Amino acid sequence: MSAVVSLTNVEKSFGAVKVLNGVSFEVARGEVAAVIGQSGSGKSTALRCINALETIEGGQIMVCGHAVHDPKLDKKTLRRDVGIVFQSYNLFPHLTAEQNIMLAPTCVKGIGKAAARDLAREVLARVGLEAKADHFPEQLSGGQQQRVAIARSLAMQPKLMLFDEVTSALDPQLTGEVLKVMEDLARGGMTMILVTHEMAFARKVASKVIYMHQGTVWETGPGAMLDDPKTPELRAFVGSGL
Amino acid sequence: MTYQFDFAALLPYWREFAMGVWLTLQLSFVATVLGFVLGTLCAIGRSDGAPWVKALVACYVEVIRNTPLLVQIFIIYFGIATLGLHVDANVAAVLALVVNVGAYTSEIVRAGLESIHKSQLEAAECLGLSRPQTYWHVIVRPAIERVYPALTSQYVLLMLASSITSQISAEELTAVANRIQSDTFRSFETYIVVGVLYLALSFVVRIAFWLFGLVVFVRRRKLGTAL
Ligand SMILES: Nc1ncnc2c1ncn2[C@@H]1O[C@H](COP(=O)(O)OP(=O)(O)OP(=O)(O)O)[C@@H](O)[C@H]1O
Ligand SMILES: [Mg+2]
Repeated sequence: MSAVVSLTNVEKSFGAVKVLNGVSFEVARGEVAAVIGQSGSGKSTALRCINALETIEGGQIMVCGHAVHDPKLDKKTLRRDVGIVFQSYNLFPHLTAEQNIMLAPTCVKGIGKAAARDLAREVLARVGLEAKADHFPEQLSGGQQQRVAIARSLAMQPKLMLFDEVTSALDPQLTGEVLKVMEDLARGGMTMILVTHEMAFARKVASKVIYMHQGTVWETGPGAMLDDPKTPELRAFVGSGL
Repeated sequence: MTYQFDFAALLPYWREFAMGVWLTLQLSFVATVLGFVLGTLCAIGRSDGAPWVKALVACYVEVIRNTPLLVQIFIIYFGIATLGLHVDANVAAVLALVVNVGAYTSEIVRAGLESIHKSQLEAAECLGLSRPQTYWHVIVRPAIERVYPALTSQYVLLMLASSITSQISAEELTAVANRIQSDTFRSFETYIVVGVLYLALSFVVRIAFWLFGLVVFVRRRKLGTAL
């Protein structure tokens, strides 16, 4: 098993605040890693560093063979391999679901309009929304928008998918439909890192749980570690979360 | 005191009125297109350019917004003549209108650009779009869609303001009217007719913008956003 992502002693500050203080973990091909932890523990920042949305001050990040810590990194090639989905969907409001999905394949990969449309239909089907292809984001529910956002990332055929609290803005029912899509993805063998507050989902789907605390990886292990925390911090966190 | 209206005295001049309307439309159309391009480029420069570009655009916008259009027209008209160039009054008029409306456009478009949330740029960046692609697909197009009603009003105003170029004897509607009223001594009637013509022109311009918006902004058409 080769590591698709590996972080080694990653350090990141915002001004005087050290947000990541020596973060290290690995995610292997086909693995689903759930990152959990209190608000402010640096989960989102770690995810953003993996996708080069933030530049790090120390340590190393390797993603699908790209040296992300290298100042000479070609971000465009990195992003061909990495998809990211945000809490706030970030769909383009003036484009239909289908056009949202077609934009990157046509612009970045130079795929023709017709082929891109077929591709859009295909990924929309994967998230159960082929009937909504011509809808604009404001005509869709939050859960549907988030599924379109996932489909938009999938259309670029990434090797790694990052999810940052993608269900936090949704009510329980809509959360369920988005989590189902993610579970299907995981079953299909996609390598995924997801920041989540859904402990039940982490326990069920994740092959690895990464508990972050105060800017470091405090405890890591399989999903079962949530039932038997080693550190008092994780025990307190799991206790409060359930 | 009774005033005898005599609109019939103007009838022989219908051709001239029509020519005036036509020229006003032409002036406004060219100034709108060029002013839009200039204003949009300035807006992009001001929100995302090098510091000297930002400063330059800011100066331009402030100077134009704080001086009368008539003065701008005279400066451009006589400025060109002083440089020893000979340009047609109509061309000078268009130039002045472009410079004027470009500044106002730039402020409107800038407000649109600033209304696009940073997270949209991040999403585009993460999908691998280049900077120009992001600008075109994710920033400029939705920004203009958002400020389109304000732009429409600005360009209707431009069409009305083009009447002032009669001062450098551009042959648009108001200049035509000035000549007709001095020929016929029917000033009141002449300007009533001209007023009605401008009203009709405003209506036509608004309709044209509305139709154009329906074609260009699919979402407006689909979701039935009123204009
Ligand atoms: N752009 C930024 N500028 C300054 N400080 C930031 C920035 N982004 C994050 N921070 C700070 O870094 C710390 C970690 O933020 P981060 O978003 O990674 O936490 P998180 O674990 O994702 O929390 P949450 O569960 O609330 O999303 C916080 O204290 C936050 O205030
Ligand atoms: Mg976060």
